[in-house]
Amino acid sequence: MSPEDQETTTDAVTSGELAEVATPGKPVQVAERKGMFGSSLGNDTTGYGELDRPVLFPGAASKPYGGYFDQLTGSLEIALRRNGGDVDSAVERVVVDRGELTLFVAREHLPLVAQVLRDEPSLRFEQCLGVSGVHYPQETGRELHAVYHFISITNGSKRVRVEVTVPEGDAHIPSIVATYPGVDWHERETWDMFGIVFDGHPALTRILMPDDWPGHPQRKDYPLGGIPVEYKGATVPPADDRRSYK
Amino acid sequence: MSADRVEDTNAVRPGDEGRGTTENVTTAAHDAYGATTHDVDDDTPVLNAVGGDWDDLVDEAAALHEERIVVNMGPQHPSTHGVLRLILELDGETVTEARAGIGYLHTGIEKNMEFRTWVQGVTFCTRMDYVTPLFNEASYCLSVEKLLGITDQIPERAQAIRVLMMELNRIASHLICLGTGGMEMGATTVMTIGFRERERILRIFEAVSGLRMNNAYIRPGGVAADLPAGTIDQIRENLPLIRKGIGELEALLNENPILKGRTVDVGYLDLTGCMALGITGPMLRAAGLPHDLRKAEPYCGYEKYDFDVPTWDTCDAYGRLRVRIDEMYQSLRIVEQVVQELDENPGPVMVADKKIAWPAQLAVGSDGQGNSLDHIREIMGESMESLIHHFKLVTEGFRVPPGQAYAAVESPKGELGCHAVSDGGTRPYRVHFREPSFNNLQAVAALSEGGSVADVIVAVASIDPVIGGVDR
Repeated sequence: MSPEDQETTTDAVTSGELAEVATPGKPVQVAERKGMFGSSLGNDTTGYGELDRPVLFPGAASKPYGGYFDQLTGSLEIALRRNGGDVDSAVERVVVDRGELTLFVAREHLPLVAQVLRDEPSLRFEQCLGVSGVHYPQETGRELHAVYHFISITNGSKRVRVEVTVPEGDAHIPSIVATYPGVDWHERETWDMFGIVFDGHPALTRILMPDDWPGHPQRKDYPLGGIPVEYKGATVPPADDRRSYK
Repeated sequence: MSADRVEDTNAVRPGDEGRGTTENVTTAAHDAYGATTHDVDDDTPVLNAVGGDWDDLVDEAAALHEERIVVNMGPQHPSTHGVLRLILELDGETVTEARAGIGYLHTGIEKNMEFRTWVQGVTFCTRMDYVTPLFNEASYCLSVEKLLGITDQIPERAQAIRVLMMELNRIASHLICLGTGGMEMGATTVMTIGFRERERILRIFEAVSGLRMNNAYIRPGGVAADLPAGTIDQIRENLPLIRKGIGELEALLNENPILKGRTVDVGYLDLTGCMALGITGPMLRAAGLPHDLRKAEPYCGYEKYDFDVPTWDTCDAYGRLRVRIDEMYQSLRIVEQVVQELDENPGPVMVADKKIAWPAQLAVGSDGQGNSLDHIREIMGESMESLIHHFKLVTEGFRVPPGQAYAAVESPKGELGCHAVSDGGTRPYRVHFREPSFNNLQAVAALSEGGSVADVIVAVASIDPVIGGVDR
């Protein structure tokens, strides 16, 4: 089923409701949600309707993006070219959604993009506020995402989000600690929780979990709970084994 | 993959105890979760301070004739703000290297939130930085509202109540910072005054939300309940008292020669350092930059209120203290304006969209319970449809369109951001908090290396980290 055909009778999610995207591109399917129950998603009130629905994320926007986004991406393009980069190969997709600009950056270009974002006077994103991992197990070849948020205080608190995707089997992203020393712990946390290896990080060790902890707890295939309690042989059943609405 | 490995590496499985084995099945060798023994090589002398006579320990250390020692300060130490572990390499009294070890209070709040509805998420995130619960809730709710696309539909009264609660919370948080900071330097009066004044604010929180801490009061779409009758008067009565208490603190601290001796030029981090390390909040403002998200990107209607952004230019622990004191006065200014506004403008405190809004507006009844009797009469006695609606919305929750959003608020510690991702379901797909304490704690090395051991305490106190927020 193509995403365009997916105008379901849902009461909550139709593609038109996504956001005030200036020129919405074709939505990107990141997963498919299946489940036994989905009666509230249509006119079927039997309770046996089953859930079977693609998860559609906002697609690539086309120019003009609106707001300061055009000026920002224009400056980025010029600055990248001046520094030996190329916006077409570095930025895979530009998404404008809910008033926020997201640049999907190819991982090999991330250090240059970060450098340019910080140093180019018209961009001047002084601070990288952190790295947040997201795991999409069904998005084959792009299972793990690292999401960076930048703020430019000089240019009036402008923000940009940079998203880098990597396959689960080769979860390596170049570290940007050299450019933004403040992301040191954030990259360690993302390694700890998602298992993304930040190449070039000065000391990529676990930060929240114990050093010898097996697995990466924030991945979707990692259960919540279910770890035997050390004392008295007690166990907590995994919460995701319980019945729940999807 | 990870799930399997968890199974395999676990030595203790349920039922092991019942098999009648006499040997202890858990050994350090194959218990992945067991405590590891000390991991230094055997030649390095290790001294453990676990009770006993201090003099013996000092003699033992002196007998080594070693000036360079590595000290584990924490994770159990009264002056490290909870379970923070500082690893200090000392050359005599001088700190040559300082590293912070965290994770001792990691509770998996972000993971837990993925298994509950969007509304229930508030109950989790409010417990992160337990000194600033309302800021945690606000950042989360703002990001959920951004995902839902209802930011413009939040009633003005709900926004004003949020501002009121957040500003009171800011004062409470700064009072804790100054109070515990003072106590760590040996000034217990600072602590008692700080906690006494904070108690007035917590009593207001209790009157409004029913809880002193972990309020879960700000909800996606508005707030859980309107201000109960008498709250405005209670706040108006308490504001002069709080102002007087802050004045007492000021008189005690600002020109105190001992305090100045301990804090001036201690924990120095200039603007360049702050920028590089992603520092926000009072630390950044004490370096002279008036960056405050309430002014830079107003949310919850902050643009309506008249207030200043205090700065200081000394980049040290003393400057941070002064910035915090000045911010409390600015918060009082905002609270006075909001109280006036709330007094004059009644109205709804939850978004009008019935598919998102919590079905009942709770109220504290004469029995002290938080039920709305009108609502119970309606769903139990009058309308089957209301009952179904209530049941569906409370148990199943609302769906949030797929996508991601980032919303940031100016918490007392700096920029508190919430990155929320939805896959279109009734539960968050991923929620990540950009905790200012977590980020700012990275500055420990820059603040304390080259100083003395005693200055480490002051430097950490001036960051104002709360480990509940650092570890989440």
